[in-house]
Amino acid sequence: MAITEVERRRGQLAALSIAAVVIIVGVPLWWRTTETYRAWLPVSQIKDLAKLQLHLSADVEVVFARGTVTPEQQKKVPLTQTQDEEHAVDGDLLVQFIILRLQNMKPYRTATIMEEDALKKPTAAEADLSLHMLSESPCGSLVVYVIPESSSLLPEDVNVYIGQRRTALVRISAQMRVGKTLEQLLAQLEPRIKQVLQVMSFSHTDITVALSDRVRFRPGNKESIADSMRAFKSSPGYEITFSLLNPDPKSHQLHWDIEGAVQTYIQPLLTKLSPLANFSIDSQTLYYTMLGVTPRFDSSLEAYTLNADSLAHVINPVEARLGSNAASSNPVLNFLLYVPDIRHSPLYIHDHRKQEVPSNAFHSPRWGGIMVYNVNGFYGSETEFPVHVNINMAKVMGVFLAQLRLLLGVQSLSPPPGFLVAPCGSTGLADWELDRLMWSRSVENIATATTTITSLAQLLDQIGNIVINDNIAQQVSSAVTSLQLAMAELEVGNLGFALQYSKEAILASEKAFFDPSLLHLLYFPDDQKFAIYIPLFLPMCVPILLSMLKIVSEVRQRRREKQAKKE
Amino acid sequence: ILSATVDAAADTQGTSAPETVVPSSVPQPKDDFQEELVIRPLHSGDIYASFQFRTLWDTDFMRENKVSHYRLFPKSLGQVISKFSVRELHISFTQGYWRTMQWGQPFIPSPPGAELWVWFQDSVTDVDATWKELTNVLSGIFCASLNFIDSTNTVQPSASFKPLGIGNVTDHSFLRYATLPREIVCTENLTPWKKLLPCGSKAGLAVLLKSEKLFHSSFHSQAVHIRSVCQDWQCKTTSWELRQTVNSVFDLHNSGQAKREWSLFKMFSRTLTEACPLASSSKLYIDITDNPQQFELSPATSLLSQAVVLGDRRTFSVYDLTQETTFGSVRSLNLLIRWKSNEGEMLRPLLHAERYVAGYGLQTGEIHTLMYNNHPYRSFPVLLLDSVPWYLRLYIHTLSVTSKGKDNKPSYIHYEPSKDRVKPHLLEMLIQLPPNSVTEVTVQFERALLKWTEYPPDPNHGFYVGSSVISSLVPSTVAMDTNSTRERPLFSSFFPCKEESSYFVRIYTEPLLVNLPTPDFSMPYNVICLTCTVVAVGYGSLYNLLTRSFQIEEPNPGLAKRIANVIRKMRGVPPL
Repeated sequence: MAITEVERRRGQLAALSIAAVVIIVGVPLWWRTTETYRAWLPVSQIKDLAKLQLHLSADVEVVFARGTVTPEQQKKVPLTQTQDEEHAVDGDLLVQFIILRLQNMKPYRTATIMEEDALKKPTAAEADLSLHMLSESPCGSLVVYVIPESSSLLPEDVNVYIGQRRTALVRISAQMRVGKTLEQLLAQLEPRIKQVLQVMSFSHTDITVALSDRVRFRPGNKESIADSMRAFKSSPGYEITFSLLNPDPKSHQLHWDIEGAVQTYIQPLLTKLSPLANFSIDSQTLYYTMLGVTPRFDSSLEAYTLNADSLAHVINPVEARLGSNAASSNPVLNFLLYVPDIRHSPLYIHDHRKQEVPSNAFHSPRWGGIMVYNVNGFYGSETEFPVHVNINMAKVMGVFLAQLRLLLGVQSLSPPPGFLVAPCGSTGLADWELDRLMWSRSVENIATATTTITSLAQLLDQIGNIVINDNIAQQVSSAVTSLQLAMAELEVGNLGFALQYSKEAILASEKAFFDPSLLHLLYFPDDQKFAIYIPLFLPMCVPILLSMLKIVSEVRQRRREKQAKKE
Repeated sequence: ILSATVDAAADTQGTSAPETVVPSSVPQPKDDFQEELVIRPLHSGDIYASFQFRTLWDTDFMRENKVSHYRLFPKSLGQVISKFSVRELHISFTQGYWRTMQWGQPFIPSPPGAELWVWFQDSVTDVDATWKELTNVLSGIFCASLNFIDSTNTVQPSASFKPLGIGNVTDHSFLRYATLPREIVCTENLTPWKKLLPCGSKAGLAVLLKSEKLFHSSFHSQAVHIRSVCQDWQCKTTSWELRQTVNSVFDLHNSGQAKREWSLFKMFSRTLTEACPLASSSKLYIDITDNPQQFELSPATSLLSQAVVLGDRRTFSVYDLTQETTFGSVRSLNLLIRWKSNEGEMLRPLLHAERYVAGYGLQTGEIHTLMYNNHPYRSFPVLLLDSVPWYLRLYIHTLSVTSKGKDNKPSYIHYEPSKDRVKPHLLEMLIQLPPNSVTEVTVQFERALLKWTEYPPDPNHGFYVGSSVISSLVPSTVAMDTNSTRERPLFSSFFPCKEESSYFVRIYTEPLLVNLPTPDFSMPYNVICLTCTVVAVGYGSLYNLLTRSFQIEEPNPGLAKRIANVIRKMRGVPPL
């Protein structure tokens, strides 16, 4: 009997040691060899970013001209003052609560002699120019000059003048000044300056629009939704394509001096906008390209008309001919000049109230603009065809430039009462308008990049099969670093750097998100995996499990026997 | 090749189109568009139609501030040229194989499938990366699978593909050549091709390019060639030339109901009504060299032009589409050719080639390339280019070139061995073909085993090996014809004329279809199952041996003993 007992113990030990080998060596080996490589991602930092707590601050310098503060007040002018303002933009109720803090650091000071001289110029525009010559204020900052009521710079009913650069003139009224302490004066100036800041830098609505991807709109905000949907999304570059559509080259020979026109009208604006994005301009002439809609003949006008309702169908057939951009993947802004063929000429665009549109043009949000250019003035009674037409580029470019401003998001907002905004000069864009655009673009870029990074992190978290390369991990971390830097720069008001970093963040995040290596093992279904494992694992594990069960039951039985003996 | 010579010929005869008068206020456009269609009735009874559209643009894409204002030149191609610093680009899509022996030489040769060769500017630093990006962009523009071009099917020929435009570049590290013999060409490739034309398919000769008829043909090839050319004979200024071509061979026997009659409408289901208004010249040429013995034309035209095409002097009837009179009173041109007889001998092409795979089994094989020199008394050299994928492992020591039963040693051999999964074999040879002979090039190969994910869908169809390319300067038949004094005065005919003495020909052989050993694709799973079962059986018995406890058992009493015991029990006797 002893021999069988020894045999039994040996068998049990063998089973146990095999089980131990399988568990200690086999399982880790199998685990390691079938593991997908997943590089480390800064998940906690991404989670922090997802809250999107933005702090924006703009430097505002308030300069008091002579005659606005008394000498004794002058001495007491405080050096700095910080103003915090919290704006909560209601986001998705569950996840985001976005806090914006408008922080205005205001070094108050009195005007220097040279500035005094500049302020004595006869008109506000000249004063603006000479103040600009004196000191160039950095991107994103503002200088507010407080001028006395007696100053002749501003017309009667105007209290605030906003120049072409980054300066504003604020007239202080008599009753504000008389017999009051400096603190009271400053307190009264406060709302004015805030208004100026909202016009020249950023306002609550701007930021809401820029964050439109992240924020659910409250009803009633329709106007800003329309605005935000019209402008192109922020992108590191744009391709602008001007196309001349000549559906009837047999009757019209068209010549447009597009090269000169671009140089004269478009290039100054784009040069001004160059910190924002890279622009490239192309033009082409397309023949035999018809609009998608047959215009209706209006006998009262003796002209063909396109209704506002049918404009939506115009673009599609034309777009097939426009050709995609082979050189880059940036968004394309299309501007089409359509010269109607001789059988549908003249052609006018009618708006919803059946009124002729004076510019004879329309634009399509986030796509481009179309202008109809009638040439029937060139048809004489005995004209020989083809008619040679030299297109009046000034007229055309005026329309396209206005559309370009709209599509790029340069909004011509209506200033509050009492404000006078200087007309924009030859560049087509004032410095502060550029700043406004840069503010909202930085915020938009940051929002987009965080959304991309967050969703990538979520996706990688949910699907364990995806391989995360070192390359992707590096892109993600560089995106996160750029985002943090951009937010830090926004907080201290370095607008230029903030925009730069936000662009880098977008590029890196998109690169990581669209990396093709993420897809390699995505569709490796589990059922196939198990189908391959079963022939090996089933015959190996069943005997081990059975002998384990047997051992356990024997051990239990022996214990019971022992207890029985004791009793 | 044709349009230049033919235009020169036409101009000397004073038949060029009148220039449209442009008012002085309008700047003279720097671009120019020409279109032409050549129709040649072939001896086999088929019809060969060759469209050529040429856009010339006097500009420089490599300027500092980039060119961006396009008129006749398509914007997408212009952007490609300037972005990728392309010096020359040739791309062709072909469905069907050009049968040189039946049809003669095509005006623009092309191999079956897709072919792309590009010369880059020497300013390009990373040619391979640029090439990869370029093929991806072109694949988008032409809706073709050019994105499958990678290092495994790209070669850098050292001699066969010289630039066709100006610029004598010799550094072939800026050249890339690739073919995709498997590519199938259809409407989706033709539509983007037509979009590149200034008039689209709305006016001019391109009206005839209707895909339902065009792809119902024995041979269809469409191509785009971009190069820079001289503007004047001194070559002071250069301009960019975009040449778009369509070559088709229509099978007359299939569609003609045994009647040997043919018209534009029958072939294209369209007639011509106008020239493209943007074209400075728009002409239709009919090759009537064999007229009037064989066929008659209606409406007849009085305009004739002669040109030496591919070493042969041909006569063409010319229809100038910019003239109103061409279209007659019905305002449409429906050209009709009626055959009278089908006699006549075709001049055999002086050079042609064929290729096949020999051998049996799935392990080794042999590629045979046969090159025929049909010239009765002159030998000439040819450049043979072979690009063979890596999965056919060439045994280069078995390479043999024989003509007339004798060893023919190539005067130049350039061979780059393949690297598995990285690059293909490249073999270039300069071979002298003796007169009236067949030269055979053979090389043995071994078929490689691919990884199971490397097989394409339908692997039993076989694997294509691109055509061999044979480039040569072939002695001209005009020069061969020294006895002819038909049109030329005696004093001019003693020495063969220098310009016409030889002409450049590029011919492509058939692509090969090679079967590779193809596994059963459920094999990996079967193998896994089988090994697992074997392992499990081995493991199971081992486990059993190790864990079973053995004990000696009383041997079982035999059946006889048991029966005996039962009986003893019944009798009351103690058991055994």
